[in-house]
Formats: sequence, structure tokens, C-alpha cells
Amino acid sequence: MADSAPATAEKLPKDLAAEKGLVNVQVDGTWVQVPAGTRMIEVCKIAEKEVPHYCYHTKLSSPGNCRMCLVQMGMPNRPPPGESPHYEDDGYQQISWMPRPVIACANTVTENMGIRTTGELVEECRNGVMEFLLINHPLDCPICDQAGECSLQEFSVEHGRGSSRFEEMKVKKPKNVEIGPRIRLDDERCIMCSRCIRFMDEVADDPVLGFIDRGTHTTLTVHPGRRLDNNYSLNTADICPVGALTSNDFRFQMRVWFLKETKSIDVNCGTGCNTVIWTRGNEVFRITPRENNEVNSSWMPDSHRLNFHYLHAETRLGDPFVKIGSKHEISDWPGAIAKTAEELSRFKGEEIAVIGSGRMTNEELYLLRRLADTLETDLLSLVPRVGESDGKLISADRNPNTSGAKLIWASRNPYAKLESIRQGVVTGKIKALIVFYEDLLGDAQFKADDLANLDFLVSNHILTNKTAKASDVVLPGAGFAEKRGSLVNITGRLQRLNQAISPPPGAMDDWEILRDLVKALSPDEPSRYLLEEVFGEIADEVEEFEDLTLSKISDLGIPIVETGESIPLLESEKARITAGEIVG
Amino acid sequence: MATVKVKRPKLHWYEHLYLPAILKGLIITLKHAMESLRGKAQGGKSLATSGLGVTMQYPEQKWDDQLPDYYRGVPALVTDEQKRERCVSCQLCEFICPPKAITITPGEIQSEDPWAKVEKAPQKFDIDMIRCIYCGMCEEVCPEQAIFLRQDYAMTGTTRGEMVNDKKRLYEIGGIREGLVNKWNELK
Repeated sequence: MADSAPATAEKLPKDLAAEKGLVNVQVDGTWVQVPAGTRMIEVCKIAEKEVPHYCYHTKLSSPGNCRMCLVQMGMPNRPPPGESPHYEDDGYQQISWMPRPVIACANTVTENMGIRTTGELVEECRNGVMEFLLINHPLDCPICDQAGECSLQEFSVEHGRGSSRFEEMKVKKPKNVEIGPRIRLDDERCIMCSRCIRFMDEVADDPVLGFIDRGTHTTLTVHPGRRLDNNYSLNTADICPVGALTSNDFRFQMRVWFLKETKSIDVNCGTGCNTVIWTRGNEVFRITPRENNEVNSSWMPDSHRLNFHYLHAETRLGDPFVKIGSKHEISDWPGAIAKTAEELSRFKGEEIAVIGSGRMTNEELYLLRRLADTLETDLLSLVPRVGESDGKLISADRNPNTSGAKLIWASRNPYAKLESIRQGVVTGKIKALIVFYEDLLGDAQFKADDLANLDFLVSNHILTNKTAKASDVVLPGAGFAEKRGSLVNITGRLQRLNQAISPPPGAMDDWEILRDLVKALSPDEPSRYLLEEVFGEIADEVEEFEDLTLSKISDLGIPIVETGESIPLLESEKARITAGEIVG
Repeated sequence: MATVKVKRPKLHWYEHLYLPAILKGLIITLKHAMESLRGKAQGGKSLATSGLGVTMQYPEQKWDDQLPDYYRGVPALVTDEQKRERCVSCQLCEFICPPKAITITPGEIQSEDPWAKVEKAPQKFDIDMIRCIYCGMCEEVCPEQAIFLRQDYAMTGTTRGEMVNDKKRLYEIGGIREGLVNKWNELK
């Protein structure tokens, strides 16, 4: 012991770090060990020192054009020829500080380097850059949608002057320009960080944006004859540090400081992009992507993020309906559930079929199977929804929970029996049909005449549709922002859906509807009061869910099964990280 | 914290009786009563009393012309000399309002409007006068000099709905205000 201790003590910090493949960097007087070649701004992030920046984005290349991240850099003295470097008592070489600042976003670190993120030089640089950025910036904050989440506002509090010294006329540029169907451009607000240009070029593969003119007249614009109509265009509004690019959909809807953020996931395709749902009161105002490097990086397709307005549609079902004669009458929940159970008990098991949806959560699918078991029918199927993958984030499977259905139903193809159910309805072999979350005349491709063959049809919907009109009992359910639950995406990652708002007063959470139906049909069923109890039952039954709970899923989800599927956008991003183009 | 010991004042024996002090008070009250009967009450003239004492005969008599400039009455929206509605629905007043009396639905100014360059104006602007506490924070926070507390103080209504001032009423109360900063000028 005594012999080996001095040997390690004699080792210099640089050697200790090199053993782990790291280098020592001093940030504001504190030494940290980081991998060689890490960018200075990332080192400062590790050392928990803030470096203000506009143009730098971890998922994009670093042109270093905003100049806001200037820091002071120091390197060890180079010894005269023939001399070996001198190490201080603490084992580090003395750092000589450079008289000029460097940008932290595009420079990498080496052994014994020093970074100062504070001090007179750095502060003066930031103040100067801020003043230049604000020279031509319009006083638009009261009408700007970015206000409240604007980097320019935030940093001008710390580094701004408070009042302008600029006495000349501000440069006029185009304002309120519609450069695409979903994006609006205000060139006066633009600070020329080029994040949007790089995003469209590097991630969306649709380089339609660019700068024209020079100096203070530099203007962001769209290529002549082209529009910013890519399905990923709204991501440019997300990464715009100012209010130059704003969303048409969210335009003047609500100030962001009123909105409550709920972490959730997207349910429009099998990828299951991680999202934030922004709500005020009981209304969803917008949905933005949330960073998850295993699912959607930092991006999200426009078609998916804008698909929430139906939650507040006029056609939303607000009460359970029971058909009396040929007319639907508003009922109460106990009445509608009792009526359904009573009608269903008239039929034999083989006369009943159950159709569910790949948009349902694991918990709902589990209870749907319990319902089919209680009715002693094996005619249980989901409705397939197949599109084309866009080679980025939209998967070919447009159902968000096919992988979950495979696990919960222990079935290789949860869509297999749809065709035989359809045939059974046509021939009249199936007399009662239970439909959850699907319009039979839509993706399930039933015909209106077929439904007339049925003796009893009970369906659950969010919006009124033709299936609901043909149903004997209609049970209004909850939308994706109105319920909790878990889903498994195409790569086999278990993710959590969180409740952002509550369903309309007369509607009910879908798992509760299923629970009540099962309980009404078979009083011996255990009483379930919490969604956690249903998840617990799944965990007991399905091997992949073993030892899991809803809260253990966490915000970023956990991989539970190997499906062999991958997300194309992540693959291309991994290649760029390996090539050193981006930090990732 | 330092403890300060205060000495209890020593009272004379007739102060312990209390009665002399009560008598003294009664005499002062009586003196004022006699003076008001003779029409010589303090502040009687400036408050335009009926002549008997300082009691103002509200609502026959009102003190509207006595209100100081800084009086905080009903909050209202104003237009400027160019007939432009100054509010751009930035919703800062809605945010700052302590009793949450203000509700704004923002909207866009149509492109054919002469003030289309302002881009944003309120679609709806409601101030619930049952909730309003006349604190004046909305006026203080407004970046566009659009909302002011006026000298009106007598808000009445027989239903809750009547006590909510909508956008139309707010502009009626506010009227035109001159000499404000003309931010949305031709240079803008």
C-alpha cells in the first residue's frame, strides 16, 4: 500500500486524464475532465457555466456567426526549445491568457486549456454584441409571439444597455411575410443566426432558405419561386431564437407565459415523437417537440404537431347516447353501461366481435382483451393504418401502439381478424359489435349497409361520425391530451402519455369506460380504481413489462423489446455525429 | 433583536378618574356641532356641503371636480388623436392583474386596415368590475399607453354580466387621449 501510493501521487493530472481518454480544462478557475475535442461551449455546460449564444445548436453545424458566445481562452506557455514544460505545485502548467476572445461554439479544447466565461473582457464583448444585435431590432415585443421565450429578451436583461445610443434611422426590412403555409417571416426581427437555413439544409433536406444582400441589409428570404412548405418547417419557428419565424397556427393565440407545459408523446404514428403540450385552462394551444435522442432528436413533423384542433371541435361528443326507437337520446353513464351489458348478454360468444384501435394505450388494450375474454369471444382485432414512411420521423405504421398491442395481446398480428369480422358482419354471423376509438366506415372499410345487419352496435368515439350515428349506444371518450397511459413505439420503447387537460364534462376516460363495462358484465372482476392498478396487472402478466410501473417509465421512456425497426432521421444524425459535423 | 424597555407613564390621580378626559372630548364635539349649526364648519365650503356640517349630500352633490389627477377610478382603454386603438393585446395587464379581472382574446388586424402594420389588436377585452381592485397595475405595466384608470368611480349594475366592461364600453369610457407617444408612426 505504502509503496504504491506515492507512485500514483507522482502522476500528473494530464496523465491521469489521458488514462481515461480525457483532457483537463480549467473553466472559471475550476478544473474539469472532458473528452479531447469537445467544444468549449459544451465544456462550459458540463462545468455549469452559462455561455449565452444564438446561432449554436447541438443538432446543427456551427458557423459561429452570432458572436455572442465569445469567451476568453488560455493555453499553457510553450517552453523555450530544449526545455521541458514546467508544472506548478498542483500539477498543472501555468495558463497564459490570450488578449483576444474566441467563440466557444466552434473551438475545441485541449490539455491544460483555460476558459473564462466571466471577467471584464468577456462582459464587454457580450455587451458589445448585444448592442449591435439590438441596433436595428424593432420594438415589437408587445406584438411579437416570441416574447416570453425570446433569447434576445433574456440576454438583453443581462447584457443589454436598457436604452439605445443609436441615433440614425433603423434599417427597414420586409415584415409579416408569408413564406410558407405554416410559417411567417419578420425580417426586421431576424438576427441572422442562420439556424433555420441550416435546419432546412441539413435536417429537412430542403434548402429553400438563404440570406441575400450584405452588412446591415442582410435579409433572410426563401428561394425565388419556392415556398417554405416542407412538412418539417415549423421546427424552424422552434429553433428561431427571436420572433423572426413564427407559426401561423399559433399566431396571436396566446402569450406563452400563460401556457402550462405538459410532457407527453405524439400519437399520430409509430415513432411516438416526444412532445410538450402547451395548455391554458382546458384548451390546447400548441404542441412542440421535446428532445429525446432515442426517438425524435429535437424535431417533429408539422402534420403531427398541428393535429390537435379536433379536440376542441364542434362535433365533439359530450354525453353518452342510447338509441331509443330510431333516435339517439342523451343518457347517463350508469344507464348507458347497464344498457350495453344487458344487450350484450343476449348474445352467444361467437356472435360478438370486438374492434379496437392501435391508437389506444396499453392499459386500454389490456382491458379490451379482458372484455373480449368476459364475452367469451376470440374475434378481437385492431384496425390497420398504413401509410408511407417519409424517411425521417413519420413511420409507415400510423398507429402509435402496434408494438404494445402485440405484447399485451400476445399476438403476432393484432390486425389479423379484422377481415373475418367484416365477413361475419356481412353474412350476419356476427350480431353484436363493440367498437372502440374507430370509425368503421373510415379506415376499417366497412360499408354502411353492413352495419344495418347488426342487432347491436356499441361504439366509443371522440367526435361524432357515421359509426356513432349507426350505434345503439355511444360512449364518448377522451382525446390523447386528456388521458394518461403508456404506449410502445415502433422501436419497442415504452413511453408515457400524460394528461394535459380534462375531457368534456359528459365524456369519460376510455380505460374507465372499459373497466365499467367489464365489471357490469362480470361482477366477479376485481375493482380497479387507479390506472396504476391496470398497469400492475399488465406487469404481472406480460414478461416485458415486469417490475415496471407508470412512474418508472419516466419522461424519456425505456426500451422494453427489440423490434429491429429504426428511425431514419436518428440514423442520419448518428452519422453526422460520427463525422464530427454536429455535437448531437 | 434588541429589547427596548418602555417605561409606563405615571398618571396623576385625576387622570386615573377618566371622567375629565371624557368631558374634554364632549366639549370639543359640542363646539363643532355649534359651529356647523352656524354654518362655519371646517372645510364646509371646499366640499360644497349643504351648509349643515361637513356631510356631503351624495348623490345630489358630488365631489367629481375635487378629484386629484392621480385618482384611480374605472380602468378603460383609450384611442389616440389618429383614432387608432392603442391596445395591441400584449396581455401584460391580464398577466399582472392581481385579482385576475382582465380577460383578453387577442386577434389579428386585417391586411386592408390602415393600421395593418400594427398587426395585433384585441378581439375581446373584458374587465370584470366586480373583481377589479383599482390598483392601477394595468396602467403601470402597459407598454403601449393604452389602458388608464379614469375618474369614474360609480360602477353599478343589477347583474354580474352588467358589471363586466367589454371592449366597446371600455373605449366609450376611455375616449380619446392626446399627447401620447406615437410609436407606430410613419417611420415604423
